[in-house]
Amino acid sequence: MSDQIERYTYDVVVIGAGGSGLRAAAEARARGKKTAVISKSLFGKAHTVMAEGGAAASMGNANPNDNWQVHFRDTMRGGKFMNNPRMAELHAKEAPDRVWELEAWGALFDRTKDGKISQRNFGGHEYPRLAHVGDRTGLEMIRTMQQRIVQLQQEDAKSSGDPEAMIKVFAETTITRLVKDESGRIAGAFGYIRDTGKFVLFEAPAVVLATGGIGRTFKVTSNSWEYSGDGHALALLAGAKLMNMEFVQFHPTGMIWPPSVRGILVTESVRGDGGVLKNSEGKRFMFDYVPDVFRAQYAETEEEGDRWYTDPDNNRRPPELLPRDEVARSINSEIKAGRGTPHGGIFLDIASRRSPDYILSRLPSMHHQFKELADVDITKEPMEIGPTCHYVMGGVEVEPDTGASSVPGLFAAGEVSGGMHGSNRLGGNSLSDLLVFGKRAGDGAAAYVDSLSGARPAVAEASLDEATAEALAPFNRAEGENPYTVHSELQQTMNDLVGLIRREPEVKQALTELEKFKERAGRVTVEGGRAYNPGWHYAQDLRNMLLVAECVALAALERQESRGGHTRDDYPAMSPEWRKINLILSLEGEKIELRRQPIPEIPVELLALFERSELKKYMTDEELAVLPASSEAPESPDSSESSESSEKEGH
Amino acid sequence: MGYTAKFRVWRGDAGSGALKDYEVEVNEGEVVLDVLHRIQATQAGDLALRWNCKAGKCGSCSMEINGRPRLGCMTRMSVFEQSETLTITPLRTFPVIRDLVTDVSFNYEKALQIPSFTPDPDTKPGEFRMMQEDVNRSQEFRKCIECYLCQNTCHVIRDHEENENAFAGPRFLMRIAELEMHPADEADRRDIAQDDFGLGYCNITKCCTEVCPEHIKITDNALIPMKERVAGRKYDPLVWLGSKIGLRPKSAGTPSVPGKRP
Repeated sequence: MSDQIERYTYDVVVIGAGGSGLRAAAEARARGKKTAVISKSLFGKAHTVMAEGGAAASMGNANPNDNWQVHFRDTMRGGKFMNNPRMAELHAKEAPDRVWELEAWGALFDRTKDGKISQRNFGGHEYPRLAHVGDRTGLEMIRTMQQRIVQLQQEDAKSSGDPEAMIKVFAETTITRLVKDESGRIAGAFGYIRDTGKFVLFEAPAVVLATGGIGRTFKVTSNSWEYSGDGHALALLAGAKLMNMEFVQFHPTGMIWPPSVRGILVTESVRGDGGVLKNSEGKRFMFDYVPDVFRAQYAETEEEGDRWYTDPDNNRRPPELLPRDEVARSINSEIKAGRGTPHGGIFLDIASRRSPDYILSRLPSMHHQFKELADVDITKEPMEIGPTCHYVMGGVEVEPDTGASSVPGLFAAGEVSGGMHGSNRLGGNSLSDLLVFGKRAGDGAAAYVDSLSGARPAVAEASLDEATAEALAPFNRAEGENPYTVHSELQQTMNDLVGLIRREPEVKQALTELEKFKERAGRVTVEGGRAYNPGWHYAQDLRNMLLVAECVALAALERQESRGGHTRDDYPAMSPEWRKINLILSLEGEKIELRRQPIPEIPVELLALFERSELKKYMTDEELAVLPASSEAPESPDSSESSESSEKEGH
Repeated sequence: MGYTAKFRVWRGDAGSGALKDYEVEVNEGEVVLDVLHRIQATQAGDLALRWNCKAGKCGSCSMEINGRPRLGCMTRMSVFEQSETLTITPLRTFPVIRDLVTDVSFNYEKALQIPSFTPDPDTKPGEFRMMQEDVNRSQEFRKCIECYLCQNTCHVIRDHEENENAFAGPRFLMRIAELEMHPADEADRRDIAQDDFGLGYCNITKCCTEVCPEHIKITDNALIPMKERVAGRKYDPLVWLGSKIGLRPKSAGTPSVPGKRP
């Protein structure tokens, strides 16, 4: 069977052509490695394109008080102190260079008055920090990275005559299995070309997973079909470990009406630029939901919150800009209390607060989206919104500096990796994460290939026959389940039972249901041939979605506290004891095993960036005992200097 | 609210194909892509089509709806009469792979030929200073989601396959304009715009602008200004004199096209 497989040889294979994949590929190529980029979609269509708000980087263009320490601190607060501290540190330190680099590759961000990159406010960020282009920042980033790859190919064409000599994009190609050598090292990746249905093997000692997230496992999601958790599943199947899969971010503002657009993202920039949340009684309810850990940093009155937009140094930010987990839960509570909108959401109102011109210049694609899809003019009327599954904080456990997983030769970057965002990701920290850790994983993979000094892992041929048989199985069943039906019912089950708010009996029920879904997935049949057959593609995605769903449910059942992207109705409090525990998932034979693992310690010099009174809210007395007394009064990042933010125009 | 709609969808591959009739349920607020997904899920599991974001941001679900090039995700069912039969066909300009999926590699080949962003090599990352009013023009063109509806519509290639070599199409002529108007770009692409990418073939009928789902004014803001710049260079008496007396090599400033000219 394996002789029907098209074979290619590369040094580094990057699975995924979004922000982190392309950044990793550019880096591996810069390190002289022959690199393949594999994309389920056409080149330039990856999910990064949907990011709206911006890339967080403490360049200090809008407020000179910003620096990496403040960004680090915001990131840790957002993640409720469960972030891998080394990742959060690297991210905060390197994000500005990564954003500036994009500009040198042709990106055109919005500008400040003095010609620098403009930075906008976002939830959980102390200063205006998001480099942006209106509300289509992801498009700018994906296009810039795509054009950077083209630029590298042009250089290669000049030097070797072949633009694809060093870096080639395999569009519309799906990887179904990672393959290893006899000793368990990565030896390549197996999959199929969607156009033809032909099988393909990329022989390579290093694979970088950059496959994004798992949102498609849930019914209401802002994610595209591509987000079926492929990288998470490939990693598990290859023997790598996933961490903290219970932390799933439900973005507070997704569209809710009409039903066919339910879940589509409404950018947080609407709130960053002045939009507020109101219930059916017209009340700005977020003031009622500021949790204790954030009380010191958020305004207590509407007047103070409104003053903050123009005078952030002397006022506290409005609670609409709390981290996403807090806002999503608050919206959920309001709806449950019967104060929702006619279609079961909450009002997001910018029309009554900003001029039409301002809204059109800052939020052009939101205006377009609501006008075209919902007949709502956001310069005149409020939007109706509700929580939507948006991002998974959990992912492949990696070494912070290199993106290396526990399997030799397997690396991960971006949403598919875990740790960076702790229990909740701040808006804007994803695009910068992609760049920082995409580069690092590309670097890590290249260094790993160098360390092999020519002795490359050889593909265990038997595994190819298995992979082929697995992929073809849906064609070989006489009759059975429709893959679309199983897909859609699985999404509904996860949405209902392991969604924004979780309870033990429901999560247990989900685990029982998942067993039934596994059986049904084993009976799925498809019609037609192998060439561009979406039914067949869906059938194969089911395996990944089921693995991921089970990981989420198992971890959600285990963690008996509420924190970030994991809310347990039966354990509503955050527990300092649970903070110390990462939940690690791995595949042992057919079974997913879960175990607890101590969280990495936060180095004292990073802890010193926080006041003891704040740390007290998150940590046990035992942990606090090691702190030196000097951390009582850290250097304040706030100063009386006035902000020279260009963000204030038009207010 | 729901009703049953009549759809005629082109099914086939590079070899042959035909329109196939479907009767399918439609609910309030749905777009054409939703209805095609319902056909997939209930009647034709192997119906091939591209889509990703379903929010008009990625440009994947380009198709022809009643002969008009559109995004499936941004075309609401409510714009059609309930009794109307909707005919869904693949983009006509590009070869069919299967059903509604076409081979758009032409576009990626053109993209590879356009000389990339060329900043002053002495400007380090972080040192760029550009004013908002100077980046506005190129930013408009960077709204492009590469749906290729303009490429599909432009009659220079839609009706004349033989022009494909000489003409890059509106999307990539606009890319040249974007780089030309980029305040930090130092290369001069005026000659190659005309000679290698076929700007002269464009006779500004604005069909590209009409179908652009991002409402980019491709003709008025990119192609016509680009034509003016080319004319300015060609007929500038100083440039002419300079090249005549040898002060200025003929193609000074215009970078070569990778893989196209030495």
